[in-house]
Amino acid sequence: MSDAQPANKPALKPAGRGRNLELSDELKAYKGVWVFIEHERGHAHSVSWELLGEGRKLADQLGSPLCGVILGGPDEDLDAFAKEAFTFGADHVYFMRDVVLKGYRNEPFTKGLTDLVNKYKPEIVLLGATSQGRDLAGSVATTLLTGLTADCTELAIDPNTRALAATRPTFGGSLLCTIMTLAYRPQMATIRPRVMAMPRAEAGRSGTTSEDTLGLIETTIVTKLLDFIADANSNKINLPYADVIVSGGKGLKNPDNFKLVFDLARVLGGEVGATRPCVQAGWVEADRQVGQTGKTVRPKLYIAAGISGAIQHRVGMEASDVIVAINTDPNAPIFDFAHYGIVGNAMQVLPALTQAFSAHLAQRAKKVA
Amino acid sequence: MHIVVCIKQVPDSAQIRVHPVTNTIMRQGVPAIVNPYDLFSLEEALRLKDKFGGKVTVICMGPPQAEEALRKCVSFGADDAILVTDRAFAGADTLATSYALASAIRKVNAEQKVDMVFTGKQTIDGDTAQVGPGIAKRMGLQLLTYVSKIVETDLEAGTITVERRGEGGVQILQTQLPCLITMLENTNEMRFASLPAMIHAAAYQVRKWNKDDAGVEDVTKIGLKGSPTVVSRVFGPTPRSEKAEMLVVENSSLRDISLNLLQAIFTVHPTLEQDLVDKVSA
Repeated sequence: MSDAQPANKPALKPAGRGRNLELSDELKAYKGVWVFIEHERGHAHSVSWELLGEGRKLADQLGSPLCGVILGGPDEDLDAFAKEAFTFGADHVYFMRDVVLKGYRNEPFTKGLTDLVNKYKPEIVLLGATSQGRDLAGSVATTLLTGLTADCTELAIDPNTRALAATRPTFGGSLLCTIMTLAYRPQMATIRPRVMAMPRAEAGRSGTTSEDTLGLIETTIVTKLLDFIADANSNKINLPYADVIVSGGKGLKNPDNFKLVFDLARVLGGEVGATRPCVQAGWVEADRQVGQTGKTVRPKLYIAAGISGAIQHRVGMEASDVIVAINTDPNAPIFDFAHYGIVGNAMQVLPALTQAFSAHLAQRAKKVA
Repeated sequence: MHIVVCIKQVPDSAQIRVHPVTNTIMRQGVPAIVNPYDLFSLEEALRLKDKFGGKVTVICMGPPQAEEALRKCVSFGADDAILVTDRAFAGADTLATSYALASAIRKVNAEQKVDMVFTGKQTIDGDTAQVGPGIAKRMGLQLLTYVSKIVETDLEAGTITVERRGEGGVQILQTQLPCLITMLENTNEMRFASLPAMIHAAAYQVRKWNKDDAGVEDVTKIGLKGSPTVVSRVFGPTPRSEKAEMLVVENSSLRDISLNLLQAIFTVHPTLEQDLVDKVSA
């Protein structure tokens, strides 16, 4: 991403200003769309399947194969991940199994992915914008000296150049920019969990696999993974994959009023989210922050209480199926993209909603029983 | 120990407004700040200095006015400040930025051996989180991103043990110095600058390096020329076409409003109602 690019011009043409924007013949030979399949402790990260869904569309447009890359230890069940990858659209999976690839570490994973790219020459490499994917993508792109676009919200193929047109929010979401890597390959991008929709699994779909070797031994790897402390289930806040989220903003006036948000979330079996100012003020944990610098969410129901709807918040939640906004200001920007708006004081509306949902759901549940 | 902290001056994104017609950033009156994520790394570096002694050098690549951000870091306790500034750096993407900063850090290392480099987790304007890993790879440093805690530093053995936030848990990693660390947010709290420190910072002579001072060997690797990514289009977010269905509390009771809302939602989204019932029953 052009970090230092002046954004004060409305539409920058891909003008080179003396730089080479032509793809060399050698780089034109790069073919195929790759998705790095991330896993930890026996579980593949859902973002990998979301990326396969998106990668499938790109591959079809290019007439190229869609491939998954799975790196891991020899005693891990990587074949299971490959089987799942096929159902989500992968045609082929590249494996690399080595004891030093058990548990993510930057050095062996960077070498593994870099070696595979250099050997098989894909045109596009997609990774999840997770703590693992971002760590790896930045390292691999720098090693390969190619372009990497972070946190994309839309991927397309530019019809003129056949290049990947990666759109991402910038300046806290105030603007969007489309970025292309024209004269370098592969074109790399990271996408956050939940930005792309989960594709439908096609049972029975299969593909091919191949194995490569890493060629590293533990004694040459400087950084050692001493331990992994899995998050306790009780303190795991899984905001990105929650079906229902009730979020609070500074309109709640003080941290005690967040209790009303928690009450409604509990009745709905949902999670609690918050805006950046609330997190910065220490009202709730950082893991609850929704937005540009927090989590991207797409629940079935999103209730925003006392949130004005600044663009930084909006970019993290506008893909929600149903958005309900509660705000005292009828002109708050949140009402521009909410589906239902309640103009009123969140401290009064929240308990009323909690009551109404609680009674309604209890009654319906009884009917079912 | 000698620690280099890379910082960036950024516009306070919370206060950025976009012109509704031209879709351009309205910079007037938007304060420039030290990227908030960088402060967690600076504070951690200062704590290491408090513990082991030594020196903290802050480096910033940016326009001349970014000197102000470096002064701020000096007021917090940084010992030396270098502004890497040259028109030739303009238009740099993260790959070109990491090349320029790595060159400058090598120069600093030649003056006095560098044991550790810190960068912020990411910036609040670019949000890429790519420059830290980029510098590490270009300099062959061990990379520790998303560090939530420095558990132990053993200068004699030249090792450091950290807790790193991974997906679904915390990794305990041990590596050799020199290394590059990016700190996770809210892992510490930046100290206050004392009045004498602020006065010292105001008069502090920030060193200014152009591309030659920074030891840039290949000018095709910096600025726009060294940037593989091309910004092809900048545009504003599209407004949602349909307006929200509005319910106004003044006109009816809170209870009626709530019931109306439930009815409205569940009529249009019957599966959502079923999902919620299932959730509650479970």
